[in-house]
Formats: sequence, C-alpha cells, structure tokens
Amino acid sequence: MIEVKGIHKSFGRLEVLKGIDFHVSAREVVCVIGPSGSGKSTLLRCINQLETVQSGHIFIDGVEVTDPKTDINALRQQVGMVFQLFNLFPHKTTLENITMAPVILKGMPKAEAEEIAIGLLRKVGLPDKDHVYPAQLSGGQKQRVAIARALAMHPKVMLFDEPTSSLDPEMVGEVLSVMKDLAHEGMTMVVVTHEMGFAREVGHRVIFMDEGIIMEEGTPAAIFDNPQNPRTQSFLSKVL
Amino acid sequence: MSITPYPMTFGATLWEKLNSINGFNVVFSNWDYFLEGSLVTLQLTVISVSAGMVLGLIIALMKMSRWRLLSSVAVIYIDFFRGTPLLVQVMLFHFGILPIFMDSGPFLSGVIACSLNSAAYVAEIVRAGIQAVDRGQMEAARSLGMNGSQAMRYVILPQAYKVVIPPMINEFVMLLKDTSLVSVIAVMELTHRGKLLYSTTYEAAWVWGAVCVVYYIMTKTVAMMGDWIERRLATE
Ligand SMILES: Nc1ncnc2c1ncn2[C@@H]1O[C@H](COP(=O)(O)OP(=O)(O)OP(=O)(O)O)[C@@H](O)[C@H]1O
Ligand SMILES: [Mg+2]
Repeated sequence: MIEVKGIHKSFGRLEVLKGIDFHVSAREVVCVIGPSGSGKSTLLRCINQLETVQSGHIFIDGVEVTDPKTDINALRQQVGMVFQLFNLFPHKTTLENITMAPVILKGMPKAEAEEIAIGLLRKVGLPDKDHVYPAQLSGGQKQRVAIARALAMHPKVMLFDEPTSSLDPEMVGEVLSVMKDLAHEGMTMVVVTHEMGFAREVGHRVIFMDEGIIMEEGTPAAIFDNPQNPRTQSFLSKVL
Repeated sequence: MSITPYPMTFGATLWEKLNSINGFNVVFSNWDYFLEGSLVTLQLTVISVSAGMVLGLIIALMKMSRWRLLSSVAVIYIDFFRGTPLLVQVMLFHFGILPIFMDSGPFLSGVIACSLNSAAYVAEIVRAGIQAVDRGQMEAARSLGMNGSQAMRYVILPQAYKVVIPPMINEFVMLLKDTSLVSVIAVMELTHRGKLLYSTTYEAAWVWGAVCVVYYIMTKTVAMMGDWIERRLATE
C-alpha cells in the first residue's frame, strides 16, 4: 500500500532523512518509534507531501506521490492524517469539521455528509457533540473528532503523528482505543508514537528510527523483547 | 407670567452675543456647506476603503504567492504606495497618469489614488492576519485534499478576518483623515470647502476650527462603531 524507496530529506544544511526504505502492506499497522528529532514526523509528512523530498520515491497504492505530475490534492484525499495538536478548525462545529472536506471536495450533499459525520462521531464515542465548537472539547475529544474528520474522506491509509503526545494521561486511553478499533477494522495505518504499549499490542510491525535512518524493524515482540541494535536497546531501556 | 426663567434669559443673550461674532455667523450660516463636504469626504473614504480591501486582499495573496513574479510585483506595489506621500500620489495620478487613459474628474482621481494607496496598507494588514492563523490549520486543510485556494477560502480567511478587523477600522479612520489631501486637486470635500470659505472670509480660527470639529465627529463615530463591532466579535 505504501512503498518508500531511498528518500533523502534536508532542511537547508540539516539532513533529516538519510535514505529511508520501507513498505506498508494493506491492512497493516506499522508503528514508528525513536528519539525526538530522529525524523519520524518528517517521514510521515513526506508520505502525504506536506514536505517534499530531495531524492527517492514514495508510492501509495501504486501511484507515485513524489512524481510532480501526480495530482497531489486528489491523492491526499485518500490519505488521512492526524496531528499531535489536532488542528481542528476552530471556527467550525465538530459536525462541520467532519463534513467540510466531503462537501467541498467530493461535492457530497450536505445532508448525506452530515449523516456520515454523525455515524463517525458515534464511532469515536462522541454522539452528542455534533454542534459543539472545538474550544469546548477536551484534548482527547478533540483528537477523536480529528480522527473522524480524516475518516470522513474514506482514506485508504491513515497517518498518525504522535496523536496522544499532547494529551493528559487520563485521555490517552480513549484515543488509543479508537485507533485500536480502526486497526481491527483493517485500516492501513502508520503510527508515530511514544506509546510502547500500543505499538506492542496493536502494531503488526515496529520501526525504530534514529538520526534519519531506520535502525531496526521487526515484529513488536522482536523489537521490544529482543532488540538487536545497541541504539534500539538503549532507547528502549529509557522508555520502557 | 411676570417671572422670566433665568436660563432662558441667559440662553437668549448668549445667542445674541454669538450672533454678533462674524466668524460664528460664517460657520453657522454655512452648516449645509460643511455637511455636503463631509458627505463627499465619507463617500471618498467608503469607496476607497472598499476598493482598497478587495485590491489589498489580492495583493496580499500575491505577496505570499510561490511565484516570484507575482510576489515581486506585490512587494514593489506595497513599497511604492507606503513609501511615498499620498499627497504626491494624488497629483501624480490626477495630472500625470490618469489623463493618459481617461478623462478623469477630480473626484474620480481622488478615489483612484486613495484606493490604490489604501490597498497597500490593507495588503499588509491582511497578510499579518493570515500569518496569525496557526500553520497547522493550513496543513490540516491540505492533508484533507484541499488545494491552496480552497484552504484559504474555507479555513484560513474565515479565521484571519477577526484579527484583521481592528487594524482595518484603524485604516478607515486614517484614510478618512488622509482624504483631506485630495483637496489639492480641488475635490469638493470638507478640507477644500474649508479652504474656499476661508479665502473669502479670512475667519481662520472659526472655519478651520469647524472643519476640525466635523472631522472629529466623523472619526469618533467610525471608531465607536468599530469598538461595537469588535465587542460583538469577541462575544461570538
Ligand atoms: N520545517 C523545518 N525546518 C527546519 N528544520 C526542521 C523542520 N521540521 C523539522 N526540522 C528538524 O528536523 C529534525 C527532525 O524533526 P522531526 O520533527 O521529524 O523529528 P521527530 O522524530 O518527529 O521528533 P519528535 O519526537 O520530537 O516529534 C529536527 O532536528 C527538527 O528540528
Ligand atoms: Mg514529531
């Protein structure tokens, strides 16, 4: 579903991604872990072209996103993204946040979009919050709305960039449980996370990144119980 | 009915006293002349700010454009209109540039010069407003598949306008005062009428004092309306 081949990405002189190769199969959940500044967010943002790469190729469902001729807006409609800081639209209600993209981009009738949105709100456990503005929601609730907003476009892939890192501890669970449901439904997901419990339980594969390269990847059991790379070992000894 | 109330007597004598002052008479008997002038001033301001808002938004978007040519044009435009005096711009357009294209009367020339000038200031106000919107908003919109203009229209601008309104009201007040400069090309607005009245009566203190009072009433009214709008937005 996602194919990343030899990508390099620099911000000015700083090389952040130094040749990344990996792939994600359909219905697979891949968790990306690693120390701060290792390039995890940048990698995720390259996948949906919020950042452009200097070299290398990225394919989503067979379409090359790094090809300048690709209609990137059409492609992004199939790739949902969830941000650390939610980035909900504060001037819109939760319902409008969710219906906005399908109505504008797919020309879906408003009533139909709202019906879908209400279904999605129910799915993320917020059935009664449809006419509320983001400012009136807790962090965990905001992130669940943000997930619903991304799902409204029926994406083939969901990218999560530390979706629980800015949440109070008591709200982390509610967001992870929504993500877990999504994984069980067979959504293809790439999740950058510091939640090692989630990576172990839900992830099919774990990628450990450090200093812009993939140091080690494998099943959660292999990475967490039997890490081979000394960097992985020292990182895990700090976070586990 | 033999007792005349004191205030009335006082009022009557004050009126008589004022009437014996020539400058007061000049101002008072010309109240409609001032009123018409203030209406011309308001027209100039409202038309120029409105046109300036449309043009200013376009220039702001141009300045933030990825295309170098567009952004350079916008930068030069803003630099020129903010870096040279409006008084000179008014004369340049009325006597120099507009006659090449059309037969422009003073009022139209004044409107054009003020609009173009205002657009430069509005452009910077709008740009600041857009940049005040969190970067994550644009990213969220783009990640859903919106193109740049859709994201601008549905996500960024609706959030920027709240930031933009207070400086925009300020721009309105500034331009209202600056329209006095078009008196140099004999637009019959408030200041020009003051000049004409002064040149026939020589009542400098009364005439210019009255002109000041009328300007003050207008700017104060606009500022108060602005405060009201801001308060309503704040509670929204
Ligand atoms: N837009 C940018 N301009 C310049 N440098 C950037 C930019 N974005 C990220 N960087 C730099 O790239 C490096 C990798 O950043 P990135 O956000 O990908 O790390 P990360 O692994 O996600 O870290 P964290 O766990 O803190 O989120 C950092 O050194 C960061 O300062
Ligand atoms: Mg990050």
